[in-house]
Amino acid sequence: MADIAFVIPRGAKPRRRISSRNVIIYGTLIVVALYYLLPLYVMVVTSLKGLPEVRMGNIFSPPVEITFEPWVKAWSQACTGLNCDGLKRGFWNSVRITVPSVFISILIASINGYALANWKFKGAEFFFAVLMIGAFIPYQVMIYPTVILLRELGLYGSLTGLVLVHTIFGMPILTLLFRNYFAALPDELFKAARVDGTGFWGIYFRIMLPLSVPICVVAVILQVTGIWNDFLFGVVFTKPEYYPMTVQLNNIVNTTTGVKEYNVNMAATILTGIVPLVIYFVSGRLFVRGIAAGAVKG
Amino acid sequence: MKDNKLVTTETSLAIKGLQLSFGAIQVLKDVNIEIGQGEFIVLLGGSGSGKSTILNCIAGLLDITDGQIFINGKNVTWKEPKDRGIGMVFQSYALYPQMSVRGNLAFGLKNARMPKDEIARRIKRAAEILQIEDYLDRKPAALSGGQRQRVAIGRALVRDVDVFLFDEPLSNLDAKLRAELRVEIKRLHDRLGNTMVYVTHDQIEAMTLADRIALLRHGVIQQFASPAEIYSKPVNIYVAGFIGSPSMNFINGQITGREFAFNAHKVNLAGYDGHLRDGPAILGVRPEHTGFRTDGPGIDATVEMQEHMGAESVLHLRLDGQRFTLRTPDDTHYPEGTRLRLTLDISRASLFDPQSELRL
Repeated sequence: MADIAFVIPRGAKPRRRISSRNVIIYGTLIVVALYYLLPLYVMVVTSLKGLPEVRMGNIFSPPVEITFEPWVKAWSQACTGLNCDGLKRGFWNSVRITVPSVFISILIASINGYALANWKFKGAEFFFAVLMIGAFIPYQVMIYPTVILLRELGLYGSLTGLVLVHTIFGMPILTLLFRNYFAALPDELFKAARVDGTGFWGIYFRIMLPLSVPICVVAVILQVTGIWNDFLFGVVFTKPEYYPMTVQLNNIVNTTTGVKEYNVNMAATILTGIVPLVIYFVSGRLFVRGIAAGAVKG
Repeated sequence: MKDNKLVTTETSLAIKGLQLSFGAIQVLKDVNIEIGQGEFIVLLGGSGSGKSTILNCIAGLLDITDGQIFINGKNVTWKEPKDRGIGMVFQSYALYPQMSVRGNLAFGLKNARMPKDEIARRIKRAAEILQIEDYLDRKPAALSGGQRQRVAIGRALVRDVDVFLFDEPLSNLDAKLRAELRVEIKRLHDRLGNTMVYVTHDQIEAMTLADRIALLRHGVIQQFASPAEIYSKPVNIYVAGFIGSPSMNFINGQITGREFAFNAHKVNLAGYDGHLRDGPAILGVRPEHTGFRTDGPGIDATVEMQEHMGAESVLHLRLDGQRFTLRTPDDTHYPEGTRLRLTLDISRASLFDPQSELRL
């Protein structure tokens, strides 16, 4: 170390890559990452093995013979009850549930948040308080009343009903998110827009919405992962032909009859989990930025 | 002395019996202002005085509790901001970040469904006046503070309205830019001749820009007069202390006939501009209206500290144990403990009733 002082610095600032400090930090991080990645590894290798190879019990060994058959089976042939058309039905159900739920809930919540932050109408505080109470009550408490509500509306068991439920249950937290974001924008911006002759909707669509991209990304991620991963509402409020992917996955994995096809189960699980994973990877950067923006300004 | 060249018989903006309460808190209490065509009015006051609130009421951004607002003779009390014939400039500029400078200027005009060539013509004119032609296609984020504020003024300018409202437009700028833009706003007013209502807490802005100043405290107008009058004849102790820097000196004493007595001193009140009466009074003398010499007759005071400012200096004195400040073009250094003899310029002083705090 002592002779470092005699080195004449040249070029960019030198960075010491290997030091005891870095070794400890990166070593710890790598070990922890491996620990968390291990189950995923087991899932992937198992899903690529044939059933005889799985039965040998070496769960950590890579497949001797790679086969994609379990994936094909999980996607298009796995049986749930009497249906044997695989996970793809559940996948498309989930898409049909998630897309409108995410879109509608974010649209309404952003309007709510905007109204609460900028148009302080009479009773706004009360309205907001009620909404927040809603956010803290466990969902399970409200399942039975919701079933009755849907039945009375004639929506019980339909995809529309489930979309409605997701939209409503996403409302409190999303409204809070948007309200805080809009409240942090300078009040004078809103005033200037009013002087410029814009009304409630004009300000929302032309001033506020273009400025809320970061928080919209956060909302999309929260909602897509939340709704895609939902199991409870899916199983309670729909009937088997509309079951979302998670429910169908459960039914495939938990079959009590026949042989346990671990490789198919693993493939099915990965298929189900891939959508939120992709969302995270694609928008991870934006997500962090949005959360940070909300945090600092809110 | 400033002459009131712009006072005309025609009223541009009138506020009658304006009241505003938020729940139990009364923010504005019976505000009455009448502003002539082309007048430059400054609403001056400390924070919480209600000056910005009045401006927001004029703009229609706040629903008032009681009273009426007239612009050019029309009752606009319940009209939308866009229909009042006002343009507004904000402290934080409030430019739309996602739009270019051109987009910012055009936004209000597009909302009013103005023909495209008219919009272009107005933007061109405003950009010329404010010298922002070169960055019409930039986003606000790419502009400096001074440029942003010019654009904000431009946004009010293109609306071609009669009344301009400024809400502390220079407070976010550094001292040099502030002085520059202050002069520019003054020029703009001379050139356009619009009525302008300008909110600030900076008395230099108020003194230099205003035709008349409305000085506010706790939602009540204390005095509404020309800068010269507010400076020389403040109606009460609050106004006297607010205007002027350093603040006016106040001395408790007793008036007997044409003499003001305090402690062991006696001051002749000959030449006082006001109505004298016997009894207790507070004498207010501005630091710049106090003369001094090192010996001879006068009131005894001791130097505590001196602030040198180049062109002038401020002396902090002790007068019978009380603080007393004095401003002088004399930049000689007076060490701590120097004894001075003061002479008070009574013709420019003010006397106040200690009970009502009003000027005599």
